[in-house]
Amino acid sequence: MDALAPEMEVEAGIPMPRHSAWHRVRKNLGVRMGGIVLLLLAIASILAPWLGTVDPTLLDPTNRDLLPGASGEIMQLTGESLPHTFWMGTDSYGRDIYSRVLYGGRISLVVGITVAALSLAIGLVIGLAAGYVRWLDSVVMRIMDGMMAIPGILLAIALVSLWHASLLTVIVAITIPDIPRVTRLVRSLVLSIREEPYVEAAVSVGTPTFKLLYRHVLPNTLAPLIVQGTYLCALAILVEAGLSFLGVGLPADVPTWGNIMAEGRLQFNQYPHNVFFPGIFLALTVLAVNMLGDGLRDTLDPRFNKRGDRPA
Amino acid sequence: MFRFLIQRLLATIPVLLVVAVAVFLLLRLTPGDPAAVIAGDSATTEQIEQIRAGLGLDKPIPVQFGIWFSRVLRGDLGESFFFKKTVTELIAQRLEPTVALATCTIILAVVIAVPLGVLAAWRHGGWLDRALMGFSTLGFSIPVFVLGYLLIYLVSLKLGWLPVQGYRRISEGFVPFIRHLILPSITLSVVYIAIIARVTRAAVSEALTEDFVRTARAKGLPESRVLISHALANCAVPIVTIIGIGLAVLIGGVVITESVYSIPGLGRLTVDAVLARDFPTIQAVILLFSVAYVLINLLIDLSYVFFDPRIRY
Repeated sequence: MDALAPEMEVEAGIPMPRHSAWHRVRKNLGVRMGGIVLLLLAIASILAPWLGTVDPTLLDPTNRDLLPGASGEIMQLTGESLPHTFWMGTDSYGRDIYSRVLYGGRISLVVGITVAALSLAIGLVIGLAAGYVRWLDSVVMRIMDGMMAIPGILLAIALVSLWHASLLTVIVAITIPDIPRVTRLVRSLVLSIREEPYVEAAVSVGTPTFKLLYRHVLPNTLAPLIVQGTYLCALAILVEAGLSFLGVGLPADVPTWGNIMAEGRLQFNQYPHNVFFPGIFLALTVLAVNMLGDGLRDTLDPRFNKRGDRPA
Repeated sequence: MFRFLIQRLLATIPVLLVVAVAVFLLLRLTPGDPAAVIAGDSATTEQIEQIRAGLGLDKPIPVQFGIWFSRVLRGDLGESFFFKKTVTELIAQRLEPTVALATCTIILAVVIAVPLGVLAAWRHGGWLDRALMGFSTLGFSIPVFVLGYLLIYLVSLKLGWLPVQGYRRISEGFVPFIRHLILPSITLSVVYIAIIARVTRAAVSEALTEDFVRTARAKGLPESRVLISHALANCAVPIVTIIGIGLAVLIGGVVITESVYSIPGLGRLTVDAVLARDFPTIQAVILLFSVAYVLINLLIDLSYVFFDPRIRY
């Protein structure tokens, strides 16, 4: 702790944190560990084609139900056979679990990030409107209260059942139940920010509403929203895997962690690894996102330092 | 008190109304004609028209909502496309396993989480505290179905202590009933324990800084009494509140847990209904879960008076 650190600034008697927020974030153990694990997972799933994988949908009946670590040959679609080591074994169709798990990471990460970004963006717009426009507030919030009363996974399951399951419909179905939660958070933030002296000052010098929201209110909602976004991301990854696992998510031939487990559960007694390998990856990913979120919450956002603010 | 009761009940009505409208629109937004689905593939155009008129589907949407809603209020949730039974009957059959599972899970979670939370708050920053916080982050992260299969693998397949899957009705004997519920309840309770323990810890550690705790210690009360009758007793409201809010997580978990352990409850029914595109059943189950959630949280709000005599409405 260097008291003369150059970052230290003192302004008019307001006690400033010793280090900048970004500095504290980088030093946080949870952020570091979660960040590294996520980065590795992201790299592994993006670079999956070059990491010793084969086509994750490739069926080879001669390689059915291999145990992890088995070596053999896999027949490509072109008809030629390649030597291949099945690090995680194969499923009952002879598909390579290792390849499926790596490619499955792509779906999980895309769903997690997209759902978090979409629900934050939509919730932010509705929340700003509700928090700032008085007459909208009670109507919007009653609707949000009602939507919050419907358990999220059930709503997502029902929405997916309406459409043909595709990546887009799964993302939309998981996003919709999240919107009221973000809206509530943004609204409560706006209600407290609008009482701040700097907002009053901006209003008194005649700042137009849009600029007021953009310049003064919005920046102050960012820290809590980033924290909320990580939790929404973790939740979305879990829900997507749950939908696939239940057989109501993405089509069964798409390699997602939930789908691999749904296929593996049929032969769980003999071949538990088909459930456990994707399960470990799933749990590890969600754990990393949650650790990142906890770390960000502790460093960015001390006011919201309680778990009760998590999306339920 | 009475005025508050009325106010709180009135505030519940718009929430339930939004739920009803949302659930109603869910069916009406379905691609395809519900009447054609009900009639089946071999139906003639006249038969479909007849069913459509019978269901009131030829009327404008708000009128349809009125018809549907008044039926729901009378307990008529329609007829399942797939199971060829009334939905009310179907739900009645599937209610017991879900209620049993949820009750066991809540009891287990409260019995484990509250003492852990109190101890963690008591030794704030100690090893138990850090272990609990680590466990709860893990609890939020491990998917219900991964945990479920892990427990089945270890406890049922490797050790052979408990049945692998399935459900026994309580009328088939209490011991098999409980034996089949142990693993599902443990599986489902982990997230719930994580949530409740975190809130208990936060509330109790705040209460421990209060003057009345210092007074209690100063007059020489044993530490256990300080913790339980002074600190914990003052935290009943936040703890009970989080138990209610956490029910949303529990309901989501029920759907997956019942699927993992092959329990023929409402969660399993939901999944079967979705796979069969049985919209009246989906609608009814969602309505039932949402109404139960709202009403239980209403009861919890009202219970504050009982838990905290300082609260007067």
